[in-house]
Amino acid sequence: MTLPFRLPAPRPVTVPRSERFTLANGITVHVVERRALPIVEVLVVLRAGAETDPAHLAGRAWITGELFAEGTKRRDGRAFGDAVDTLGATFHTRAGWDDAALSLHVLRPRLEPALELLAEALTEPAFEEAAFAQKQRERLASLLQEKSEPRALAGNAFARTAYPAGHPYARPLAGTEASIGALTAADAAAHYREWCSTASACVVVVGDTSVAELAPVLERTIGSWRTALAAAPPAIPAVPLQDGPRVVLVERAGAPQAELRVGHPGTPRRTPAYFPLAVLNTVVGGAFTSRINMRLREEKGYTYGARSGFSHRHGPGPFVVSTAVEAAATADSVSEILKELVRIREEPVGEVELERARRYLTLGMARAFEGTSGVAEHIAEQVVYGLGDDYYEHFAERIRAVDAVAVQAAARAHVHPAHATIVVVADGAVAAELGEVTQSPVTRVSE
Amino acid sequence: MAAGAHLSLPYMDLTLDNGLRVLIHEEHAVPLACVNLWYHVGSKDEVPGRTGLAHLFEHLMFEGSLNVPAGKFDQWLEQEGGVNNGSTSADRTNYWETVPAHALELALFLEADRLGGMLPALTRERFEAQRDVVRNERRQSYENRPYGLASELLSAALYPPGHPYSWPTIGYMKDLDGMTFEDALAFGGMHYTPPGATLAIAGAVDAGEVERLVRKHFGGIPGSARAATLTELAVQPRAETLVHEDDVQLPRLYLGWHSPAMYAPGDAELDVAGVVLAHGRAARLQHALVHERELAQGVACYQYSALLSSTFRVVVTARPGTTLQQLHDEVMAMLHELAADGPTERELERARNGIETEHIDALQSVGGFGGRADRLNSYLFYAGDPDYAGRDLARYRELDPAGVAARLRECIAKPAVRLSVVPRGRTDLAVT
Repeated sequence: MTLPFRLPAPRPVTVPRSERFTLANGITVHVVERRALPIVEVLVVLRAGAETDPAHLAGRAWITGELFAEGTKRRDGRAFGDAVDTLGATFHTRAGWDDAALSLHVLRPRLEPALELLAEALTEPAFEEAAFAQKQRERLASLLQEKSEPRALAGNAFARTAYPAGHPYARPLAGTEASIGALTAADAAAHYREWCSTASACVVVVGDTSVAELAPVLERTIGSWRTALAAAPPAIPAVPLQDGPRVVLVERAGAPQAELRVGHPGTPRRTPAYFPLAVLNTVVGGAFTSRINMRLREEKGYTYGARSGFSHRHGPGPFVVSTAVEAAATADSVSEILKELVRIREEPVGEVELERARRYLTLGMARAFEGTSGVAEHIAEQVVYGLGDDYYEHFAERIRAVDAVAVQAAARAHVHPAHATIVVVADGAVAAELGEVTQSPVTRVSE
Repeated sequence: MAAGAHLSLPYMDLTLDNGLRVLIHEEHAVPLACVNLWYHVGSKDEVPGRTGLAHLFEHLMFEGSLNVPAGKFDQWLEQEGGVNNGSTSADRTNYWETVPAHALELALFLEADRLGGMLPALTRERFEAQRDVVRNERRQSYENRPYGLASELLSAALYPPGHPYSWPTIGYMKDLDGMTFEDALAFGGMHYTPPGATLAIAGAVDAGEVERLVRKHFGGIPGSARAATLTELAVQPRAETLVHEDDVQLPRLYLGWHSPAMYAPGDAELDVAGVVLAHGRAARLQHALVHERELAQGVACYQYSALLSSTFRVVVTARPGTTLQQLHDEVMAMLHELAADGPTERELERARNGIETEHIDALQSVGGFGGRADRLNSYLFYAGDPDYAGRDLARYRELDPAGVAARLRECIAKPAVRLSVVPRGRTDLAVT
């Protein structure tokens, strides 16, 4: 059935253009002027993510990120928070695998004092003992809470099973009980000295301001930061395919649902297969109408939702299918997921489905650039992964160039159901059926 | 304040002959359009024994209509780069599509076709399938989640049996099990009508063209009487202390008191009290309980505003070694302190500035939950005026510390509900 009317042709998506200038200390500032609302978003991006953590100190980058908000040389965490909040600003810090960032969101009339606070956190963090100890204890209490949280149990079991012992991605980004317990405030200060460097930092500003307005205050504040050069973070090792499927059952007696993760290590962000994989993922599990979601939710009613995704990091982050299904449907759900992963390798995707996936990705780009954070994050992504300043200007045409042959080739190279890690967090009763559908031994773990 | 000028959203206001009210707001900064429909019915309009019907019906609305075969709703939208969603609360049900501007007519067509033509296309199979999905939603969001059942226990304690806010919007599992296809048909027939809904469109659109398309697609839907929905109901607060054992590692305390309804006098004062107490690093409970004394893993305090009445809540999670009685006593001491002296001028400035930033931020999106189109509908529903935003923000400018103190005093003087969620076998950690 077709629509009883014709839609006008879609308009091409305009990708916001940024202007750049460089501060005296070498930091590049990217600015996108958006005058419609009196809002400014400022992002300071540092090459100081969890990929820099020494093996026994998982969580070091993460806890350092948390501590930027917990006191500077001039004032403690409460005073700093009070100063930021009184401006009506929000100040966030985050540390991911590939970068760390300090972000500021404020109304234009209060931009200058907010920038001064941001610069203070960036250039003069205190990493004071008491603040560190509080964060450490808070994280240890969170880890305790994770023992009752099926989603955390699934994610952690998946990472440590899919990646070889010792691989950075086998560890939780925010650390384990052992690694967090081993950290000290001095470790956070060391991480800051070693990895937070002007040489690998950039600033992104989006909103009601301009290069001319920003240059003096940024030069005075962030531009006065002086650091040593940082080394390049260690390369993340590739991961060979495991011999066959590996099935882990984390037992939770009486759980009404099974939390499922099916996948394996994927590919880095710079993979040449990025565009075919983006289209592939949309078809398989990256949209509401995707195959796995339709099958498990709409057709079978097993779940509230199922999705798949590639975590493209500097290294090969995981490809994983995630869902929570009613307990009785556990084995059948695993079976259906594996069938879809086989199918995308074996059968070329039909043109209707493929075109819908391409259009969803290309026409949907306008939403990505609607708000200041979306624009800022896309520019940051271009910098963190070295994609080039005009990456998103060519994004749509590169998606449009993906055909069924490219998708199938990408599937054969990068989707491996026969070598998948399958994690199930559920009542132990599912073990037998699980072993049958996967034709594999099931490793049982109790929590 | 200069920022306030941005809050007023100009819109075209019209009502179709069939009773559908339509609001159209042009915003050309980004080439998107949002179609947003509020049905003025929520779980408060259900009856005991048939809870969860409003939300289940929301699910059914995505499963096809007379001219939209099952599955096509989402496929046709995705084909044009669009996204969509909906939600049900105790008060209302909303649906929205955000599309690149060229696909405006598609979104209008889809909403109109399901307003007028969902019921005739509904089958028992679709009903059964979505009932399964909703059961799984309940398991995922409430039953298989630490503290997941706390909200429904709290509601049942705050409101007496039979009060429409006493049951959870997701519904009780036994009510979902007992729901019938005929229940769904009756519910839709009564509440899913043009006079029972308001339609807001915002984005890179031409108002005149939108009006033409709205009349084209919605104009032919027959009018009907607007079904009565609940808009007022008095509450008799009663004190309750309850304990729930759960699969959790850390005990958590929920406190609740009745408070003034959305936008009623006192609502803004209690918003501010919540911010002063627990929003941000320097907030009183945050600083004292989480950072300075490390008695709590986390704390939240907020005015939960709704149509019939609101509740003022504190939610605090204990660190290992702290009992909920200890936390309760600390929290109450700090509430009484704020209720006696009110916030400082600096605390008030902090709260006001943060709220102002939130209001301006909300204008960044035309679509989605909380975007411009949703806000037009929300202000119309709760305040009777789609252009209430300026007035909303002005409430915070107009209040003062003494007013905040007085409203908080009044609020916490009422009978309180206290719910302790503790690890199994650890009722010793609960509040008595």
